[in-house]
Amino acid sequence: MGLIKGFGKFWYDFVIGDDWKIAVAVVLALAVTLGVVMSGVLPTATAAAVGGLLLVGFFVVSLVVDVRG
Amino acid sequence: MTGATWGLVASAFVASIVEFVEALTIVLAMGVTRGWRSAITGVVAALVALTAFTFVTGYALQTWLPEALLQLVVGTLLLIFGLQWLRKAILRSSGLKALHDEEEEFAAQTAAARDAAKKSRFGIDTFAFVVSFKGVFLEGVEIVFIVITFGLSANNVPAAVGGAVVAGLLVLIAGAVAHKPLAMVPENTLKYGVGLLLASFGAYWAVEGLGVFVGEGTSLHWPGGDWAILALLVAWFAISRVMVRALPGVKDRQRQEVAA
Repeated sequence: MGLIKGFGKFWYDFVIGDDWKIAVAVVLALAVTLGVVMSGVLPTATAAAVGGLLLVGFFVVSLVVDVRG
Repeated sequence: MTGATWGLVASAFVASIVEFVEALTIVLAMGVTRGWRSAITGVVAALVALTAFTFVTGYALQTWLPEALLQLVVGTLLLIFGLQWLRKAILRSSGLKALHDEEEEFAAQTAAARDAAKKSRFGIDTFAFVVSFKGVFLEGVEIVFIVITFGLSANNVPAAVGGAVVAGLLVLIAGAVAHKPLAMVPENTLKYGVGLLLASFGAYWAVEGLGVFVGEGTSLHWPGGDWAILALLVAWFAISRVMVRALPGVKDRQRQEVAA
């Protein structure tokens, strides 16, 4: 059990790191981008550029939440 | 070598040197306080585990994952690493977090090593072995990801490996000569730069990889192709400078709200 827990903790530390909000921001931004792409309201190249803006926007929100926390 | 290849080698070199310096500090602390035999055994075991990890992960990723899914997985990981580094760099530049100092880290590690109980197995000090192993493996896995992804994106894995190997050798030689943590390396500035690079490549790949869920499952394309990486780099740099200026004000307002 200790080995599994240690293995899980290693990967959590490796992927998520000090601030879980960053990982959440990345996943949310990519999920919204996927929604935009699948909806077909924008050409895929434009949707990709929107994805870049969403990533920057969600990162800013996560930093502000972090500093205010 | 072309300019692009030099850029790739430089990126892999700078990213790797930061990780090697951190691993060196941990191993030095263990070697000095608990004995070199156990610390070096931990390093060798970590290098063996890293080699196996690289082969298994590399083979699995390239064999079983379609290109778009590979881009999504690797891009998302790079993006999270890069933004973690960028977050720290922004907080440090804005004065909201103390600067990383290898000498302080060395002092903390040696203090922990002195306080830890002495337990030996097969003549090896367990504490020194485990801490050295974990330090080298954890930093090493990041280097492996960075080298593979940068190398694949520029279609030149050997050049990326070369940059990382040179970084490793330089840190090793400097550490052996100085016999103390490499505090003179401008680690905070390097981390800022690497964070920007990782975030840019990661965002580019992760968004391209979303194509795996759409239509025929092929990668999406950015407007301007590879030039989008440069645009992303500029965007991350610009927003990071804005945040460095804005965040202290955000913190002050939050303190005032709490006090009111």
